[in-house]
Amino acid sequence: MSIRSYLDKLEPHFHKGGKYENWYALYEAVDTIFYTPGQITKTTAHVRDAVDLKRMMILVWMCTFPAMFAGMWNVGFQANTAMEAMGLTEAVGWRGAIIDALAGHNPDSIWDNFIYGAAYFLPIYLVTFIVGGFWEVLFAMKRGHEVNEGFFVTSVLFALILPPTIPLWQVALGISFGVVIGKEVFGGTGKNFLNPALAGRAFLFFAYPAQLSGDAVWTAVDGFSGATILSLAQTGGVEEILANNITWMDAFMGNIQGSVGETSTLALLIGGGLLMFFKIAAWRIVAGVMVGMIGMTLLFNLIGSDTNPLFAVPWHWHLVMGGFAFGMLFMATDPVSASMTNTGKWWFGALIGVMVVLIRVVNPAFPEGMMLAILFANLFAPLIDYFVVQANIKRRKLRNVH
Amino acid sequence: MEHYISLFIKSIFIENMALAFFLGMCTFIAISKKVQTAIGLGVAVIVVLGITVPINNLIYTYLLADGALSWAGLPELDLSFLGYISYIGVIAAMVQILEMILDKYFPPLYNALGVFLPLITVNCAIMAGALFMVERDYNFGESVVYGLGAGLGWALAITALAGIREKLKYSDVPHGLRGLGITFITVGLMSLGFMSFSGVQL
Repeated sequence: MSIRSYLDKLEPHFHKGGKYENWYALYEAVDTIFYTPGQITKTTAHVRDAVDLKRMMILVWMCTFPAMFAGMWNVGFQANTAMEAMGLTEAVGWRGAIIDALAGHNPDSIWDNFIYGAAYFLPIYLVTFIVGGFWEVLFAMKRGHEVNEGFFVTSVLFALILPPTIPLWQVALGISFGVVIGKEVFGGTGKNFLNPALAGRAFLFFAYPAQLSGDAVWTAVDGFSGATILSLAQTGGVEEILANNITWMDAFMGNIQGSVGETSTLALLIGGGLLMFFKIAAWRIVAGVMVGMIGMTLLFNLIGSDTNPLFAVPWHWHLVMGGFAFGMLFMATDPVSASMTNTGKWWFGALIGVMVVLIRVVNPAFPEGMMLAILFANLFAPLIDYFVVQANIKRRKLRNVH
Repeated sequence: MEHYISLFIKSIFIENMALAFFLGMCTFIAISKKVQTAIGLGVAVIVVLGITVPINNLIYTYLLADGALSWAGLPELDLSFLGYISYIGVIAAMVQILEMILDKYFPPLYNALGVFLPLITVNCAIMAGALFMVERDYNFGESVVYGLGAGLGWALAITALAGIREKLKYSDVPHGLRGLGITFITVGLMSLGFMSFSGVQL
């Protein structure tokens, strides 16, 4: 029996009056994972495109894979290097048991590093997926809309921007906030105004700063603390980073401390480049972020400061530090919470670029600024669109006055 | 000069009246359905704050503060307990005078601001501007900058909120949350975004 006929046989139970009518959303979700739905648009004017929301979201999800795998390797590499330096040979806890059963602790072995990283990243991702999925399905059932693939993207992006050592209950709390308050109270995907993954991350960041920031959370080894290059730069600028034997190439390849998916700029560029090639991510936003960031950095370089070494950090370092590349390629380009108009996208991107450098350099309270910069720009995205539209209306009115 | 610039930036972003102190909430939430009207109200708030804070500063320094009346030969008089009633009186009077001046000399602006001008009398952000000015001992120059900056920050916040609410027209909010409920959530999330400035030392 094919899946199709099996699903067809089940279908009547999920319709109105059927035994499981409350679970229709779940049935629909499973059905459309396997088959293209048969519904077609019946009204007059519409656009047919092979890229529908489902395919688009799945593509974004797949484009995060390079960063995900590079991130897992890096989590393991950082941990195994730290363990070697501390003379440890066994990892701790239930994760340690899994790691020790499958691999050793040699930082030169790709397999060892990868297993170590997976043992930390996969539970985070799993919890994100299950808890977030629970809210998604609950709202879909109660509100009568369909389970949306946007959640695939939200969940993987959320999992990738967490530090590997985060307690799993905080993961559950964060994704709950992101999905429910950031998205579902507004009616689901496409109706929110903040990026849900970032809203959840920001909630965790302010609620539990001890587990989301500092020097001890980035390497999954107890008692080891390694500063991110952003906090190194905060203490002594680029010289301090180089003094810790981290070259620009290390940071570009992703061989540094940081959240799981944000470290490897190269892997992010591969995934993000594909996204732009498929025209899912708007290149105007990415270009806007770059222009804003470079402009603001050059301005700070020019101003200079005797007390704050971050003023002198050049733009190519800002590019590889912290979550900049991840945010620029995967978060800022979220089509829902970004500006919609073409001109607006440039301004929206530039606002992010300016804000991120501003927060990094002049705000000593937060070493990283990408998350807050994007959230801040999300607030102004509708307004930017409004002014672009008004300007267009005004220009066309003038054009027609003869 | 640098001092004034940092005060200006601080009052717009770091100590944003609406999103850091949650002041002026009633008008902030009631009149943010459309960007156009939000801008009108925002401009009105900038103007009124920019005028009343410096005037209240003068009243405080030369009439109400401890020993302020020494120029009149009454050095031991402390009238600061009259602060609240004087400030609100000044605000109400200023708004009325401003309304009449605008009506007489700038009818387009008067018509654009419409009902918002009298409404501003009861906007707590305006009163807060005067009270913060007293609490932080601003001098006259600082109070001009602070009044304009605080007004601009509030105007920025309400315009952004109006933009978001125009976009949220297309949302599908659960019944119990429609209207004010979702607006409160929106404002909360907005202040999360404005947290990016908290901690900046100027």
